Amino acid sequence: MAEINYDKLLAKFEHPIRKPSRSWWILMAIMLLFLLIGVFALIQQIVHGHIVTGMRDHVVWGVFIVNFIYFLGIGYAGAILACVFHLTRLRWTKPLHRIAELFAIIGSCIGPIFIFLCIGRLDKIHYIFTYARIQSPITWDVIAIVTCLILDFTYLYIAHIRDFAKLRDTKVFKLPAWKKKLYTKLSLGYDGRPEQIKKLNRAQNILAATIIPTAIFAYSLLGYLFGMSLRPGWHSTLFAPEFVLVSLYSGIALLIVLMWVYRRRYQLVNIITDQHFYYSGYALFLLSAGFGYFTFSEYITEWYNVSVTHGKWISKFFDFSEYGGMSLITILFAIAIPLIVLLIPKFRSPDSITFVSVLVLIGLWFKRYLIIVPTLETPYFPIQEIRPEYVHYQATWIEWALTLAGIALGVILLMIFNTLAPVVPVAEMEHEDEITVPKPFYHSIK
Amino acid sequence: MEEEKNSRRTFFKKSLTTGLASAMSITLLDSCNDLAKPEGEQVMVMTTDGRLVAVDSSAMHEVSREPAIGDEARQGIPGRKFVMVIDLGKCNNVGKCTTSCQKGHDLSASQKWMQVILMKDSQETDPYWMPKPCFHCDNPPCVKVCPVDATYKRQDGIVLVDNERCIGCKFCMSACPYSARIFNWEDLPQYEDTETTYSPETSVPGRVGTIGKCDFCPDLSRKGKLPHCVSGCPMGAIYFGDANEDAVSNGTETVRFKKLLADRYGYRQLEELGTEPRVYYLPPTERMFPYERGLDRLDEKHLELYKDII
Repeated sequence: MAEINYDKLLAKFEHPIRKPSRSWWILMAIMLLFLLIGVFALIQQIVHGHIVTGMRDHVVWGVFIVNFIYFLGIGYAGAILACVFHLTRLRWTKPLHRIAELFAIIGSCIGPIFIFLCIGRLDKIHYIFTYARIQSPITWDVIAIVTCLILDFTYLYIAHIRDFAKLRDTKVFKLPAWKKKLYTKLSLGYDGRPEQIKKLNRAQNILAATIIPTAIFAYSLLGYLFGMSLRPGWHSTLFAPEFVLVSLYSGIALLIVLMWVYRRRYQLVNIITDQHFYYSGYALFLLSAGFGYFTFSEYITEWYNVSVTHGKWISKFFDFSEYGGMSLITILFAIAIPLIVLLIPKFRSPDSITFVSVLVLIGLWFKRYLIIVPTLETPYFPIQEIRPEYVHYQATWIEWALTLAGIALGVILLMIFNTLAPVVPVAEMEHEDEITVPKPFYHSIK
Repeated sequence: MEEEKNSRRTFFKKSLTTGLASAMSITLLDSCNDLAKPEGEQVMVMTTDGRLVAVDSSAMHEVSREPAIGDEARQGIPGRKFVMVIDLGKCNNVGKCTTSCQKGHDLSASQKWMQVILMKDSQETDPYWMPKPCFHCDNPPCVKVCPVDATYKRQDGIVLVDNERCIGCKFCMSACPYSARIFNWEDLPQYEDTETTYSPETSVPGRVGTIGKCDFCPDLSRKGKLPHCVSGCPMGAIYFGDANEDAVSNGTETVRFKKLLADRYGYRQLEELGTEPRVYYLPPTERMFPYERGLDRLDEKHLELYKDII
């Protein structure tokens, strides 16, 4: 990674840091439009009540909680990836740190919005704090999410300080005065003194070492939230580890997709190289194999010897009039196709790995849908109900509009972050190149 | 035998009157509530656990028969352990339990806190109609998960929902293995009722965006009446009473709770889940009618529901 001219690299980010380009504004406008439609849908839901959604007495949470799990999973995965990259000092991952840190924050911010959408009385939402009951898994989740958000934000900020300082001092492009001032404030007087570097490093180490177990446990809590229920299909000890694995899996997939997008957008072929795709592809391969293993274990254990309600539940995954199609999509998108494409060298290329990652992201969304909806549709006592919407869940346009708005909000936040700092940690990479690389430990063996 | 039955009945009558009148730990019979009695006069009172005690009349006061609100609605009626026994042999799917419950709780026709479902346990066994209220579990999964203490277990065994506290997160609904909880999806006109004071014991007026469910009608118990579903059932299939008194009544007959369970092999639903329901079922052994009778009045749309069973 040597021989990089870091000023030239920084210059690639002139738009949107100095001034967003026209394409930035166009994309922003489109995303804002989606967001507005979402806001309109939200107003409908608040005015008319939850009756406008597809949620009913059996499927009490639908697409909203699917999105909650999905975005939170992405968020926690981003946090874990960024911290693991940092702590392991894997030097090749350096250009990817910022991307992981960004979607860590964005995922953890958007996820909770969706849980609020599941709540019938938003006017009383503060009761979650004022009347908090520690016995409730929801309270655990509130504590976990808030803790993770605080840690993630602190980490994100600390990881940005060097770039803020670099932007403050840069002569590569002329920043508007207000932005210069902002960077002066945000960089906290960092000027690369050894003790500053030492302190920054130590802070980052401690935070990273705290975030990894916290994020793993926080996402496990979400698994427990379902696993601790007595419902067939949820009551499973596998849930927490599976949740964490699926979260990492979706995180790596999103990382690859964003790598592809940013590499194209900012012409970073020399920074985010093909090798980056191959290495991430290996991680994706391992996780898809792990996910396949979990899925297989779950299905075969439930299928071989099964109680009545469990049997009804598991049979829905093999019945194409129920969830057979969706479970096939999950298996194809998140297990079969990734394994085949990533296993055979001939099929491996940055584009194909990115394509597979998109499929994985879709497949894992359906996986979460399959975790939630079929279970809620299969209670112990038969649903004898003449209103079909009470028997089968069908998301309405309100829920889809809000889902799209959630994705749009993610893109918007990402684009706003991009105006603040380059999407690869330029200053940190530069610093890394300057310091003498410590010799591997085996050189000290005499 | 006849004599034994009679004495049991009188005993029950006595304890029922004393018991239902008592909302405090020690209270008095209706006839003793003359507060003008001079101080120092001793009044004999039977406590809810069956002891006869003497109380100074000046220490006595009349018991409120109004539905409790606030903290009192969270305590429950002292000394009580409410239970329900449903005789599956008597249910004919008339649906009166559902409708009288709806009338009593100001519900719409689609809000079924008490629902009658058709059950068939296995291929060869006969189907039967099963009225399904909230089971008011002693180990309630719904109460465990509530994040704001909106649903709670009272000392009289009843699980209630405080709609003023409930934030509508629906976690209790997903936690309940018996699908007993119903969400107030729509804002109904009757929720606008400003004259009635809300009490978790009556669940009236309802509130949009919160959870509702069978509440065992503790407001009626305070008045010495049976729940709406019990008095509404023309078959007398539903018995309600107090396990401490060991007595349950379906409105026409009052019987010993334990003996009823013993004689008719009473059982509870999904016992293996460890939820400890307070609703017992008597197997449909001594049937008053064949189950098909329950299908008589049904239109095609409803018959469609049971196509896998009949």
